[in-house]
Amino acid sequence: MNIVVCVKYVPDAQAERTFNASDNTTDRENVDGLLSELDEYAVEAALKLVEAGEGEVTVVTVGPDQAADAIKKALQMGADKGVHVKDDAIHGSDAIATSLVLAEAIKKIGSPDLVVTGMASTDGTMGVVPTMLAERLGLPAVTYASELTVDGAKATIRRDGDVSTQTIEATLPALISVTDQINEPRYPSFKGIMAAKKKPVEEWSLADLGVEAGQVGLDAAWTKVEAFAARPPRSQGEIVTDEGDGGKKLAEFLASRKFI
Amino acid sequence: MPAARVLPTPEAADLIRLVREFATEELAPRAAEAEATGTFPREVFRQLGQLGLLGLPYPESEGGGGQPYEVYLQVLEELASVWASVAVGTSVHALSCFGLATRGTDEQRQRWLPDLLGGELLGAYCLSEPHAGSDPAAMTTRAVRDGDDYVITGAKAWTTHGGEADYYKVLARTSDDRGGISCFLVPADAEGLTADPPEHKMGLMGSTTATMRFDHVRVPAERRLGDEGEGLKIALAGLDAGRLGIAACATGLAQGALDRAVAYAEEREAFGRKIIEHEGLAFVLADMEAAVQSARAITLHAARLKDQGLPYSREASIAKLVATDNAMRVTTDAVQVLGGYGYTKDFPVERYMREAKVMQIFEGTNQIQRLVISRSLRKPAGAITVQK
Ligand SMILES: Cc1cc2nc3c(=O)[nH]c(=O)nc-3n(C[C@H](O)[C@H](O)[C@H](O)COP(=O)(O)OP(=O)(O)OC[C@H]3O[C@@H](n4cnc5c(N)ncnc54)[C@H](O)[C@@H]3O)c2cc1C
Repeated sequence: MNIVVCVKYVPDAQAERTFNASDNTTDRENVDGLLSELDEYAVEAALKLVEAGEGEVTVVTVGPDQAADAIKKALQMGADKGVHVKDDAIHGSDAIATSLVLAEAIKKIGSPDLVVTGMASTDGTMGVVPTMLAERLGLPAVTYASELTVDGAKATIRRDGDVSTQTIEATLPALISVTDQINEPRYPSFKGIMAAKKKPVEEWSLADLGVEAGQVGLDAAWTKVEAFAARPPRSQGEIVTDEGDGGKKLAEFLASRKFI
Repeated sequence: MPAARVLPTPEAADLIRLVREFATEELAPRAAEAEATGTFPREVFRQLGQLGLLGLPYPESEGGGGQPYEVYLQVLEELASVWASVAVGTSVHALSCFGLATRGTDEQRQRWLPDLLGGELLGAYCLSEPHAGSDPAAMTTRAVRDGDDYVITGAKAWTTHGGEADYYKVLARTSDDRGGISCFLVPADAEGLTADPPEHKMGLMGSTTATMRFDHVRVPAERRLGDEGEGLKIALAGLDAGRLGIAACATGLAQGALDRAVAYAEEREAFGRKIIEHEGLAFVLADMEAAVQSARAITLHAARLKDQGLPYSREASIAKLVATDNAMRVTTDAVQVLGGYGYTKDFPVERYMREAKVMQIFEGTNQIQRLVISRSLRKPAGAITVQK
């Protein structure tokens, strides 16, 4: 079974995240970044499937130079090869354009049996790329999997909803997005770190994929961030001494903030 | 804030990132409780083995990581800044493999080394005895040749991982000359080998320390490492490397204490200001930082000598002396920075202080390090060498 996993390089949530002042896009260059933690679950899910049988895991990312780190981490975990689509014209792309580039990249990689993604990125958190991508590739989209098994040409997932747990089947090839409940992503081992150095990573531009610069980027985006403001620093909390009326004061505070 | 580091290769930098991630996610949440309850974290060593962290300084061809000491020691440091017992255990394990890796025959290495370096098996080493610590040549444990076997009888004190390890590197007397000592690799399930109940220590409670008793333990001669009478030489060569390991553990421990102290000093207020804004306290922190960086510098200097294949015994002793004395001072000052809270078990710095103490004692007390250094001063040194 050949699997493509889409991985995203995101600003580290532990670091100071911000936007570019010039065009209001996410600053990906001046902030420490990493492989989106939600995508680690997708990589792990793919590795488990391939280890249980045979085949290859290819990871693909769309992003600036530094996004190579996201590929490297996935290769260190055990993926077999990587594809890095980078092109200055991609800067500022929305989910629609991102899904277009990913779809063309996956077509060029070949026809995988499975495309696996995380359920959302930890920076954009829209969670729409998986279904857009499935639509573009003409694949069934089975999303939010918290369990995944593949048997022959059939994939079965469990999706835990608010009111029900569903079991969903799809015939392969299919696209599956996974949640953070599906597994415990492995740490790369030192052997994995060494092995990753020798694994192939291809770099493709938009031209390599037959995508026009005008189809992507900030100018083609359907949505745009008009303005941003840094969150005000947290104000000092208020300490109320309990003089027998602590409960009442607490209730008043919560009511004033419309929590109750 | 963790230490800034310069690594020789991209993969070494990734290795440090991996260790930091592992230490933060897997070690930090468990350390305090395991230390409070005296629980040896055997499964942590399995994880370390799977990650490839138990064989880093040994050749790749034998299942190790092929890393220079310069890199391996920085890994130990990172582990120690979060959990000293685990870092010490990693160093002891590496030391227990040293004799096999350096003096084992091809057959011995092929047979045992991969499982040891891969972390399937955990090692320990038995040099000290109840009445022979600083002076190991005074040991009385005997290995008597009997046909194709040796029969070992005696007691080995202070064995780190005693009762938990899968095999023991054992030094025992094979003749009555003072230096008539040989080295053996004894499996934990050998008949007649037992562990006393673990010592009740002041700190490092997550690392088991126990006396191992050898009651006519029969060991095939093929488990002897090196020649008969070569044991002390093997043990002492290993100790030079082990001292670097402890120097790195002490440096990491001190870094951990310093980080806690700085974070606290940024939060805590007195006289209407953060305590770090009081010069008297800020200068305590400055001295701590200077002590940690000096410890790291001398330790990595010694490591680079070793990596270059140059003599490093004197520098290893200096590193062990400086790094562990500095760690004692830095951890004591960390308690001071946290004031009354530092003296409670609700904060980890009192534990760091207790852990620092043993670093001045084991792997050669700091008096013994001074002995090694002072003796070395009477030998010619000062060669000018070009880096390889
Ligand atoms: C937690 C822990 C773990 C250990 N793990 C191991 C292990 O895994 N394997 C192992 O073999 N050993 C281990 N040891 C033993 C350790 O190496 C010894 O405790 C150490 O070498 C000191 O020996 P001793 O305790 O017998 O002290 P002694 O040798 O009795 O020394 C007592 C004091 O006298 C001083 N002294 C001795 N000789 C001289 C001298 N010539 N000049 C000046 N001062 C001197 C010492 O510095 C010390 O202050 C461990 C010890 C501890 C506490």
